[in-house]
Amino acid sequence: MMAGWTRHKGRTVVLPLDHVDTDQLIPARFMSVPRSEGYGDYLLHDLRRDETGDLHPAFPLNREDGISILVAGHHFGTGSSREAAVYALVDAGIRAVVAPSFGDIFAGNAVNNGLLPARIDPEHAALLAELLGDGAADTHIDLERRQIAHGETVLPFELDESWRTKLINGWDDIDLTLQHAAAIDRFRNNRSQTASWAWPAAAD
Amino acid sequence: MPATLLDRLWSAHEILQRDDGTSLLWVDRHLVHEGSHHAFANLAARGASVSAPSLTFGVVDHYAPTRNRDRGMPPQISRMIETLRTNTKQHGLQLFDLDDPRQGIVHVIGPEQGLTLPGLLINCGDSHTSTHGAFGALAFGIGATQVAHVLATQTIWQRKPLAMRIMVEGTLGPGVTAKDIALNWIATLGTGGAQGHAVEYAGSAITGLSMEGRMTLCNLSIEGGARFGMIAPDETTMAYVKGRPFAPRGDAWEKAVEAWATLKSDDQAEFARTAHFDAADIAPTVTWGTSPEQAVPVNASIPDPAHLPDQRAEAAKTALDYMGLSAGQPIAGTPVDQVFIGSCTNGRIEDLRAASAVLAGRRAKVPGLVSPGSARVKAQAEQEGLDRIFTEAGLEWAESGCSLCVGMNGDVVAPGERCASSTNRNFRGRQGRGARTHLMSPAMVAAAAVTGQISDVRQLLDRRAA
Ligand code: SF4
Repeated sequence: MMAGWTRHKGRTVVLPLDHVDTDQLIPARFMSVPRSEGYGDYLLHDLRRDETGDLHPAFPLNREDGISILVAGHHFGTGSSREAAVYALVDAGIRAVVAPSFGDIFAGNAVNNGLLPARIDPEHAALLAELLGDGAADTHIDLERRQIAHGETVLPFELDESWRTKLINGWDDIDLTLQHAAAIDRFRNNRSQTASWAWPAAAD
Repeated sequence: MPATLLDRLWSAHEILQRDDGTSLLWVDRHLVHEGSHHAFANLAARGASVSAPSLTFGVVDHYAPTRNRDRGMPPQISRMIETLRTNTKQHGLQLFDLDDPRQGIVHVIGPEQGLTLPGLLINCGDSHTSTHGAFGALAFGIGATQVAHVLATQTIWQRKPLAMRIMVEGTLGPGVTAKDIALNWIATLGTGGAQGHAVEYAGSAITGLSMEGRMTLCNLSIEGGARFGMIAPDETTMAYVKGRPFAPRGDAWEKAVEAWATLKSDDQAEFARTAHFDAADIAPTVTWGTSPEQAVPVNASIPDPAHLPDQRAEAAKTALDYMGLSAGQPIAGTPVDQVFIGSCTNGRIEDLRAASAVLAGRRAKVPGLVSPGSARVKAQAEQEGLDRIFTEAGLEWAESGCSLCVGMNGDVVAPGERCASSTNRNFRGRQGRGARTHLMSPAMVAAAAVTGQISDVRQLLDRRAA
C-alpha cells in the first residue's frame, strides 16, 4: 500500500519549538474531513495561519513551497493517538521529522505512514539548527546508514531496527501478521479454553 | 524469577516475539468510536473484514452533541456519527448509539458495562485508553493504522515497555483527589518522566482509592509519557466488576477471580525505575501552562522561567504568554470565564458528587457546563439529585460525550477565555482556538465556579464544615 524509501533529499527547515503536540499538528475541528480530501492545509493550522486563514509569512513552514524535512525540538508529536497528525504532515509533503524526542504513539503512527521520525542527539539537533538558520536548505537522509547530511556535515540518527525495515520496504503490518495466522488461531483457541472469562458474557 | 504485573500481563497475551524484540499480542477487547473512520476506510480499501466482531464494541462519544440531540446537528457531525453506524453495522459490531442508555465516553462505559476486566488486553484509538489499566489490564491507545490492524487480526505488534513503579504512601488530605496525585507526579517528573515505561501505581494511598479514583490516575498516565498505567486488582476491583452486564458470571466468575488473584508484582520484582510520593505532601494541584507538567499546588505561585532549567524555561515563557499570566503571581485568584466538569478523566459519579458537595446551596459566578461521563452516570446523578445542585448553582446540565475535552462536537471555549476544567489536556487550542485551559479536580472546578477564580477548595470545604 505505501511505497518504501531508502534515501531522500529535500528542502529542510527548522521548527524551533518544543512540545509540538498532536493538537497543534492538527486541531480537532478538522478531523471529520475524509482523508481523500487531503489534510495538508490543516498542518499546524493555528500556528501557521491567522484568524482569517492567511499564512503567517514568518512561520518556518511558510518560507517556501516544497519543504519535506522538519528539524524540530523535544517531544515532537506528544499527546494523542490521532493519526490525523501524521496525515497532515504526510499530505503536506513532509517525509521526515528530525527531533531529539518524539511522542511514542506518534512515532509509531508516523512509520505506519512512511514518515520518518529520526531521533537525533540534542547537541546534533542544535548544530543542525544552527547550520540551517532561518532559511531553508537541502539535506540528505539515508535510512540504510541512519544519517542526515547537510553539505559536509553528516550526523547520525536513531531509528528502531524494525521501523527502519518497515520504512525501507513500505511494509504493511497486516500482511506480515497474516503470515502468522496459524499461531494466532492456536493462541485464540487456547485462551478461550484456559481463560473463557476473558470473553464478554452477554455477547453471542 | 520474580515477575512484575507487567510481565504477567504481557506473557499472558504474547503470541510470538519477532527477532527484533517486537511481540505480537492478543487483543481481548477493542473499542471503536467515530474517530475510527480512517481505520474502517483502510479495512474497506483492502477488502478485509473484522476478525473477532464479538470482541469489538463501538460507541458514539467524540462527536456526541451534549445539547438538543433531537434537534439535528451540523452536517459534519452527523456524518461522523452516521459513518460509525454504517461501519459497525456492516461488520456486525455492537454499537452503543446516541439514544442507548449505555452510551457514554468510551473509557467510562467500558468499565461500567463490565467490558473492562482485570487481566485483559484492551485497545482503543484514543490515547487515554490507559484508563482501563486501573483494573489490572494491559490497556493502551493506538493510531488508526493499528486500529485497522486490530480489526483485521485481533492482534497488535508492540515492544514491551520497561516497568516503572510509582509508590504513593499515606493518606490524602481533605479535598485532595486522584487527579492531584496525577498532576503532582507529572509536575515532578515531567511529561517525559515515564516515557517508554509502563507505570504500576502502588502503595497505601493507591489501594485506598475507589475504582473511580484509580481510573482518573491511570487515565492521566499518558500525560506523564507512559502509554500504560496499571494497578493490581484487589477487593475493591472485584466489588466493582461483579454483576456488571458483560462481566463473567457463575462458574466463569469463580475462574476469573482465581486468575485475577495472581495479577500482581512479586515482592522481589525489579523495576527499571521507582518514584516515591507521600500522600500527605500533595495539595490540590492546578496547571498554569499548556502542558500538564506545568502545574503547581493551588497555594503556590506561577514559577519564574528564569529559575527553571533551560529547556523548561523557554516552554514556560511561551506558555505564560499564551495563557496571559505572569511569572511569580499566585495561581489562586486567577479569574476564570467559565468552567467544565466532565471527560473520561473526571466525569464519573464520584466526580459529580465531589463537585456538587462544593456547589450545594451556592451560586456559580461564571457559566459552565457539566457533561456526565455516560448516560448511566447521568441517570444516577439525577437519582441522587445532583443535577439540581448544578442547575440551581447556574451551571448547565448536559448529555454525555467527550464535549469540551476535545472540542470536536461544537462545544468550545472562545479565544482568550479561561476555563477551569476537569479534563486531561491543557494543550494550546485543545478546547478551542486561543482557549486557556487550567486542569484541576472536579471539586476544584466547583470552587472556581463559586468564586469566579482559581481557589483552594479546602477553604470552601472548611467553611462548610464550620
Ligand atoms: S473525553 Fe477526551 S480523552 Fe477521554 S476519550 Fe473523549 S476525547 Fe479522549
